[in-house]
Amino acid sequence: MRVSTLALLAAITAQPVLADEIWVTNEKDDTVSVIDIDTMEVTHTYETGERPRGITFSHDYKYVYICASDSDAVQVMDPATGKILHDLPSGEDPEQFVLHPDNKHLYIANEDDAITTVVDVESRTVVAQIDVGIEPEGMAVSPDGKIAITTSETTNMAHWINTETQELFANTLVDSRPRHAEFVKDGAEMWVSSEIGGSISVFDTATQTEKAKIRFELPNIHPDRIQPVGFELGEGDKFAYVALGPSNHIAVLNAETYEVEDYILVGRRVWHMAFNADKSRLFTTNGISGDVTVVDVAKRKALKTIKVGRFPWGAAFRPTN
Amino acid sequence: MRFTPHAAAVVAGLCPLSAYADGLEINVQFLRQQTEAIATLSNLDPRPEDLAIRGAELATVDNATTGKFLKHTYSLTLHYVPVGGDVLAEAKAALALSDLLVTDVDAATLLQIADLPEAAGALILNATAEDTALRDADCRANVLHTAPSMAMRTDALMQFFLFKRWPRLAMIEGTYPEDKAFAAALNRSAEKFGLEIGATKTWAFDADMRRNAAAEVPLFTQDLRDHDVLLVADEADDFGRYLPYNTWLPRPVAGTEGITPQVWAPVVEQWGAAQLHSRFEDLAHRNMAPEDYGAWAALRSIGEAVTRTGKTDAASLRTYMLSEDFELGGFKGSPQTFRDWNGQMRQPIPLVTTRAVVMQAPLPGFLHQTNELDTLGVDAPESTCTAFKE
Repeated sequence: MRVSTLALLAAITAQPVLADEIWVTNEKDDTVSVIDIDTMEVTHTYETGERPRGITFSHDYKYVYICASDSDAVQVMDPATGKILHDLPSGEDPEQFVLHPDNKHLYIANEDDAITTVVDVESRTVVAQIDVGIEPEGMAVSPDGKIAITTSETTNMAHWINTETQELFANTLVDSRPRHAEFVKDGAEMWVSSEIGGSISVFDTATQTEKAKIRFELPNIHPDRIQPVGFELGEGDKFAYVALGPSNHIAVLNAETYEVEDYILVGRRVWHMAFNADKSRLFTTNGISGDVTVVDVAKRKALKTIKVGRFPWGAAFRPTN
Repeated sequence: MRFTPHAAAVVAGLCPLSAYADGLEINVQFLRQQTEAIATLSNLDPRPEDLAIRGAELATVDNATTGKFLKHTYSLTLHYVPVGGDVLAEAKAALALSDLLVTDVDAATLLQIADLPEAAGALILNATAEDTALRDADCRANVLHTAPSMAMRTDALMQFFLFKRWPRLAMIEGTYPEDKAFAAALNRSAEKFGLEIGATKTWAFDADMRRNAAAEVPLFTQDLRDHDVLLVADEADDFGRYLPYNTWLPRPVAGTEGITPQVWAPVVEQWGAAQLHSRFEDLAHRNMAPEDYGAWAALRSIGEAVTRTGKTDAASLRTYMLSEDFELGGFKGSPQTFRDWNGQMRQPIPLVTTRAVVMQAPLPGFLHQTNELDTLGVDAPESTCTAFKE
């Protein structure tokens, strides 16, 4: 057994160039699917703990962190082998998390406990637990690392955490069921998507005040089905790409004018997404159809659908060179 | 699972939103009238004693969690009236404490409470009474409903039969008034969607069906004309469980048995519903029933209105709840709002078995000029409710 593993590893490392990858968590299969960006095919499927959702790489790409929600753990995997190295203490039901720019502190939303847990990934200890609203989910950290955000789905707030003191310093109301948060434009703005409210709230980071609210409209699709969840910013933060859940579309949003310019049809109940290295391709997780849609960002068109596991949820990019 | 002892201390350092009112106290009255349980053949599914109450408690905890970031304090005062107790006296006592009242009482009692002089300026939320008349001819301006009307539930079922192309319906109804009311609602919904319930029989066995069902039910159902689906109106949960797989023709059963339209059920798991279930089970150590959901939605609606308006008086909250700005995330995938013509909460109706959600109404293809949820229940054009017209 040991001999053959070594032989296999040797064979892999002997490959001259490996393609970049997209890693996708499959919530109902307890696996991650690894997609080769060049061939657009699944090359590996690794087992994880129960109900994997949030996924992110360490900033040096040495580790991949996976929220195994129903195992009440954040798992640390070696991306080269797919082996689980160890679990981090995470609090109950970790759903999403964000890694601080210091590459050391993981801010984790504990959905069942109304808590944000801060974990030191090196010492593997809990640094702080912060009381937030009910069903925390969306997590973001500012580029300068000073502010972390937790959004709570039932309390309908964005909670602003001072990462130095690990205490809340502001709580801002957003529309119903906030799902995802991102700092935009070098941290000048903080955006929150609201699934049931059907909107994205744009906050001025310096004052924590709402400066815009973005809504979506699709012909022939009932507004109730247009439910913004995950979103990512494209090259230079010029455009945002917003997953609209059960409307099965991605919105292309001009991040300057806050106008929606286009809608791209993808798979069913689109959740989250990740870009390739130069952000020319976007990979969306489609929960109900159990696949990933590859979008040509420039042409704003779906290129291909890749079958993954059941209920794909999170997505993360891994460069391999 | 908590790791650090100082997490609770963090609350003291919170900065509330300056734009919203600080230091509000919201005390909601919850009135529960205990009713005599109908004796049934089987004791397999006993009715929990704390139905609805636990839902109200969970929502109060939910509201309080949000409230602590805004310095809003929530409390729930429980008024429990035993069988034969003086419910009106208790209602008056409740209304003396605050003008926000959530009820788990029958329709006749609800109307008596709503018409009390003490209730004139109050906001009453009906968490459990499904009588369609309360949303129609008997509507009251001071009563909003988070319980679905029976018409919403039976409309959901008829949409399903049309969707499945199962138009031929037969029915077995029980003898209790609740059974008759459900059967009448099924008939009205069938007519609304252009269906017809053909042969209808009344369940009139006094034998113990636990032993005889396999022998008796085939004979009892043999003379029903051929049908696509057999409807059951057994609100008392007395005989319905003995019908599936015992019918003369191999047909699906629906209504109060088989495929049932419910406002909430343990099998509803999409749209974050699993989280509400798990929070409820932590609190109540049992499944969350429709009554619990109605009470939860009532208390959460109050909480949502207080959070968004910074007001606590009945008039302001009622106005906000009936406005377009109000929406409740109810874990069923659509924003839940109130109909401004009769105070009914719009909400999807899952069609469930004990094992899974079959579909959720409104079903695809049932369109509406303003809101597809209004294909369920009494819609504005046919409503005879006038109390909401200012």
